[in-house]
Amino acid sequence: MVKAPHIVKLDRATGQRQIIANHWLRLAEAADDAVPPHSLLPLKEWLERRDELIGRADVGIWFAPDDEPEALGSDAAQLAIIAVEFPAFTDGRGFSIGRLLRERYGFTGELRAVGDVFKDTMLYLKRCGFDAFEVRADKDVEEAAKGLDDFTEYYQGAADQPLPLFRRRSA
Amino acid sequence: MYIYDDYDQRIVDQRVAQFRDQTRRFLSGELTGEEFRPLRLQNGLYIQRHAPMLRVAVPYGHLTSKQVRMLAHIARKYDRGYGHFTTRQNIQYNWPKLEDVPDILADLATVQMHAVQTSGNCVRNTTTDQFAGVAHDEIIDPRPWCEIIRQWSTFHPEFAHLPRKFKIAVCGSVEDRAATWVHDIGVHVVHNEAGEVGFKVIVGGGLGRTPIVGAVIREFLPQQHLLSYLDAVLRVYNRYGRRDNKYKARIKILVKAMTPAAFAAKVEAEWAHLKDGPMTLTQAEIDRNAAFFTAPAYETLPAEDAGFAQLRSENKAFARWVERNVFKHKVPGYAAVTLSLKATGVAPGDATDAQLDAVADLADQYAFGEIRVSHEQNLILADVKQSDLFAVWEAAKKLGFATPNIGLITDIVCCPGGDFCDLANAKSIPIAEGIQRVFDDQDYLFDLGEIDLNISGCMNSCGHHHVGHIGILGVDKSGSEWYQVSLGGRQGHDASLGKVIGPSFAQDDVPGVVKQIIDVYVEHRQDDERFLDVFDRVGMEPFKTRIYAKERAHG
Repeated sequence: MVKAPHIVKLDRATGQRQIIANHWLRLAEAADDAVPPHSLLPLKEWLERRDELIGRADVGIWFAPDDEPEALGSDAAQLAIIAVEFPAFTDGRGFSIGRLLRERYGFTGELRAVGDVFKDTMLYLKRCGFDAFEVRADKDVEEAAKGLDDFTEYYQGAADQPLPLFRRRSA
Repeated sequence: MYIYDDYDQRIVDQRVAQFRDQTRRFLSGELTGEEFRPLRLQNGLYIQRHAPMLRVAVPYGHLTSKQVRMLAHIARKYDRGYGHFTTRQNIQYNWPKLEDVPDILADLATVQMHAVQTSGNCVRNTTTDQFAGVAHDEIIDPRPWCEIIRQWSTFHPEFAHLPRKFKIAVCGSVEDRAATWVHDIGVHVVHNEAGEVGFKVIVGGGLGRTPIVGAVIREFLPQQHLLSYLDAVLRVYNRYGRRDNKYKARIKILVKAMTPAAFAAKVEAEWAHLKDGPMTLTQAEIDRNAAFFTAPAYETLPAEDAGFAQLRSENKAFARWVERNVFKHKVPGYAAVTLSLKATGVAPGDATDAQLDAVADLADQYAFGEIRVSHEQNLILADVKQSDLFAVWEAAKKLGFATPNIGLITDIVCCPGGDFCDLANAKSIPIAEGIQRVFDDQDYLFDLGEIDLNISGCMNSCGHHHVGHIGILGVDKSGSEWYQVSLGGRQGHDASLGKVIGPSFAQDDVPGVVKQIIDVYVEHRQDDERFLDVFDRVGMEPFKTRIYAKERAHG
């Protein structure tokens, strides 16, 4: 069964977007045996099997809102994909997780927001370093993608544009 | 006054378009009520008792006459002809139609105004001293720093959905007129021993259900680090603040649970990574913002205007108004005037469209076209020549804004209460009026001197009752409205929380109870002691004894 495409994927270099289907399976718990390809493991599970999994490009991590990027540390730089869960869009902890992964721990792979994701949170997510947005299945994904265009200028620096406006204003 | 450039204007215009789209999607059913709620709140839009309520931002309380005329226009066109100035230097409209709100925002944007982050769980409108820039006791003008904070906090992507609302106040004078000790973050602009500008940072103050006076977490933060340090504080709060219980979600609960020292250490550890990063302020940016808050074209005047002195000695009513409503200015020959929005029988903080237009005219004629809003819900003309004070007084009298009661017991700080607010447990406006009617004798009122009386209609404490010398809190007791009275609160550098005097009172009894409190004060007063001085000296007991005497007599 192929899930309906509902992921907005952003090319951070060019700003181009496409709508793609999901190929990653989020596991609530890792099995003790072999981890299948295209698995996203909970942070805790991944950390327990770190030495076995660190080299695998087809295994990623998903963060719950109270998981700490500090626990992953610089290993983040070697991962292909990390998903961050937003159980409700009003739970803003994932924004800080995104920025920490990008700005402090050198994560350059796909940073995916999952959960209560729709048009009105897209731009904040992008600014915090997310480049993949698993839009809620009951929302129109094309419409949601337009949320990325709500603003074209920002005051503060963030993951997508580290320089605050005051450094660009005077440039 | 800060003036938008193309960037600022574009951001506000794009916000209007975004909110128009959000409103459209809500009305068409694409957004559920639950989804729309946090989105509209971040734009100051509540769904209230009678209609939606729209809270418009007045950043750090500053307005131009042109902006005030727009506020009047909005009151007239979209509302019922008036607006309400709040204890957070905002203005609220009680009767807009939801469908009209995008148009209201578009109108506001034409005069560089908006409703961004006036509600919701995000960084709110930054507040400051209403006399910033003109106060005789000012050390450093806080306004450029307020503007720098405003820009940093506007649509901050990481802190758009905090555990709870977040309020920052800035003070740059000897006296704290911004209640910085009871904010989520209080910032004092100060000099260090070397004469450099920086900030003392207070965190974790607040009123509401769990009132707490904040703790200093940094004695001196060099000026260029303000924003990176704020990022660090907010990041710690965003990650570790409680989200399981909205009553325990404010930063004050986190600071208390961790202890201020441990919280400060956590912030320092976070800041170590952010310090000297891109958010480090440049001198050019500090200068750019400071350049908007330069002095207007003051004339060179004598310290004391002869005509003014004479009118003051000849006219008792004018002298009274000067004594209460005129504040000492740092420039010779000038004064700051408070227009009292506390006339008896008018909801504290309310102004009609006609009054707003007239205030704008007054500001143009006498005060360089600028108006301020105080957190005590009054309006201020910050730069009036002494020689114009009499004319301003006469004009203010015609507007109903010349009640000479600033700082007196009838200058009541009061939330909208149960008449307008959905959260309220009890009414507050009729309580304010009842008390004002008890103190209608001007000689008596003047004799009583400085007394802050604050009324909140519920635990959310919008009327800041905890820091009133006399505080009144509406409480719900098995479905009926009761009022709890506290004494001894204060909001300055010696900020402390009032203590509850005893069991609560029925609405009709409140004015009488306040009268009894004042009687006890007058009886114990030595020389010209203030109410607070007497309270600090004699304590709660004499007040309690008098008020509850009858009940005790009945056993």
